[in-house]
Amino acid sequence: MGKTLVEKIWDAHVVKRAEGFPDILYIDTHLIHEVTSPQAFDGLRKRGLPVFRPNQTVATADHNVPTLDQHLPIKEELSRYQVDMLTKNTSEFGIELYGLGHPYQGIVHVIGPELGITLPGKTMVCGDSHTSTHGAFGAIAFGIGTSQVEQVFATQCLLQSKPKTMKIEVNGELQKGVGAKDIILYVISKTTAAGGTGYFVEFAGSAIRSLSMEGRMTVCNMSIEMGARGGLIAPDETTFEYIKGREFAPKGEKWEEALAYWKTLYSDEDAEFDAVLTFDAADIQPMITYGTNPGMGIGVKQFIPTTATQPESEQPSYQKALDYMGFADGEQVLGKPVDYVFIGSCTNSRIEDLRQVAAFVSGKQKAEGVEVWIVPGSKQVEAQAKAEGIDKVFEAAGFQLREPGCSACLGMNEDKIPAGKYCVSTSNRNFEGRQGPNARTMLVSPLTAAAAAITGKVVDVRELI
Amino acid sequence: MKKFEKLTSSVVPLPIENIDTDQIIPARFLKATTREGFGDNLFRDWRYDSNNQPKADFVLNDPKFSGQILVAGKNFGCGSSREHAAWAIDDYGFKVVVSSFFADIFKGNALNNGVLPITVSEEFLEKIFAQVFADNNAQLVVDLEAQTLTIAATGESFEFEINPYKKSCLINGYDDIDFILSHKAEIENFEQTRPFSFYR
Ligand code: SF4
Repeated sequence: MGKTLVEKIWDAHVVKRAEGFPDILYIDTHLIHEVTSPQAFDGLRKRGLPVFRPNQTVATADHNVPTLDQHLPIKEELSRYQVDMLTKNTSEFGIELYGLGHPYQGIVHVIGPELGITLPGKTMVCGDSHTSTHGAFGAIAFGIGTSQVEQVFATQCLLQSKPKTMKIEVNGELQKGVGAKDIILYVISKTTAAGGTGYFVEFAGSAIRSLSMEGRMTVCNMSIEMGARGGLIAPDETTFEYIKGREFAPKGEKWEEALAYWKTLYSDEDAEFDAVLTFDAADIQPMITYGTNPGMGIGVKQFIPTTATQPESEQPSYQKALDYMGFADGEQVLGKPVDYVFIGSCTNSRIEDLRQVAAFVSGKQKAEGVEVWIVPGSKQVEAQAKAEGIDKVFEAAGFQLREPGCSACLGMNEDKIPAGKYCVSTSNRNFEGRQGPNARTMLVSPLTAAAAAITGKVVDVRELI
Repeated sequence: MKKFEKLTSSVVPLPIENIDTDQIIPARFLKATTREGFGDNLFRDWRYDSNNQPKADFVLNDPKFSGQILVAGKNFGCGSSREHAAWAIDDYGFKVVVSSFFADIFKGNALNNGVLPITVSEEFLEKIFAQVFADNNAQLVVDLEAQTLTIAATGESFEFEINPYKKSCLINGYDDIDFILSHKAEIENFEQTRPFSFYR
């Protein structure tokens, strides 16, 4: 019997497999950031161990950094201390750091791909659940906890049980105004936020194939929001084209060697998945979430499902979510006023996202009373946006272009949405308080976010393009 | 890691589904660089109002309920990979979390910190909640060796699953790094033979 893509990559990285034990899985690349690494470095010190393969680890500061005046010392004391600790730890243990001020700094899941560190066939981990993003290249990439960060530091390996595999096919053509973010919000609305638990998901089908690398990253990024361990997409010409020539991508003979290997990375015809789901791209509308987990999403013109239609045991949690959001059973989200628009996060802060937003808002003005934050995913994205004059478009529209970081995606720095306010956001989580205590988040695509910024309310972007 | 022994305790019930790690420990408390002290902010925004006053209606502020076992609704621990969630639960004093479903990363993080996540059936979860709401001091008995969770008053028992390797780690108080390091020669060997010379 053939192998799935996940099995091919997984099996190629098993150092040791023994009955009754999880596999010892070799990790090619380890990405770290300031929030989930300090306790792991501490652990190493306590054990008297070095970092086993420091060259295979790359660090950046992203979660906790301010997005204004990054050239100045960080004002908030605890944040500054945490970022300083990263500098100290990486230099002590010999790890490359793209910290604040470095031209490669940015959100960890944005910089890996853009630097050519993320490559097909790799195993990659990071102390961050959205590590699944890198799966877009046909890599096995997943988030780990701090104890595991310490494990990878100490051994370049992880103890992991082989996951089950799921294939999600999306076939057909997308409607105009519908993009990668809508695909994944749609899929999660069908599977629920726990529907992928225990699985590694391979996304396939013509609608997925037709996506750019950036779109594929958006899809894989949010595979964790259906509970999956990770998501991935078999590499193809689009992938190779994207990687070629990037800073750390293989070059010359190594490129040829790599390419030959990467072309073997697909699920065999006769490979068996533990589960298969199929969707029709034509069914997907611009999506928006109305609740407090990413599975609570609907087409922008649909009505919020009533509590009575939910399984009985889930009704109290469902009602609690609607109360938190200030929404009622059966009403439409369409037309609701918006206070904040956040375009950023590792889901949608790449240059293509910014270009798409700029193309839409060019010559338009933001609605009065709406605060619009655009937070590029990295220094390189920021520089590119400026080189293309996108910054001017945003300025003219009344949007605020900030400096790179996670920002209002998790509200760890100053970028918080005030209590009770509605934020239309291109990030990936709408949990209670995610963007600030009592902030109300509605997850959408960059286009839908741009349309909300211009009109001041939730609208169907298809009618504006 | 500390060893896990048999545990008999009363229960803190939290019958809410999809409790995510942002509820367990909000991001603004992740600025610490040590593992200690997160228990104070466990379920912070459910536990305290915006003036830092305890909310009387939240179960951790309800003197009727206490114990080392947290029992929660389906899909506990979804969301981010922050191990701080497991640290907060451990630091607050919970040794066991019972639910009918756990998110993957949380489950792994809990096990790596000596906190035992026990997955029970929906029916058994309902039974526990019913018992605890009828008698706030109802005791549960966790026997890791036998892999059973028992409602003391009724004797009803649930046999739970756990990876045998993880079980032995908990019982003996050792961790993954000790285990992997004992295979260091094999790792170095693997590195020599792995075909991907183009990966740095
Ligand atoms: S942007 Fe948001 S989801 Fe992505 S790594 Fe940062 S905090 Fe996590």
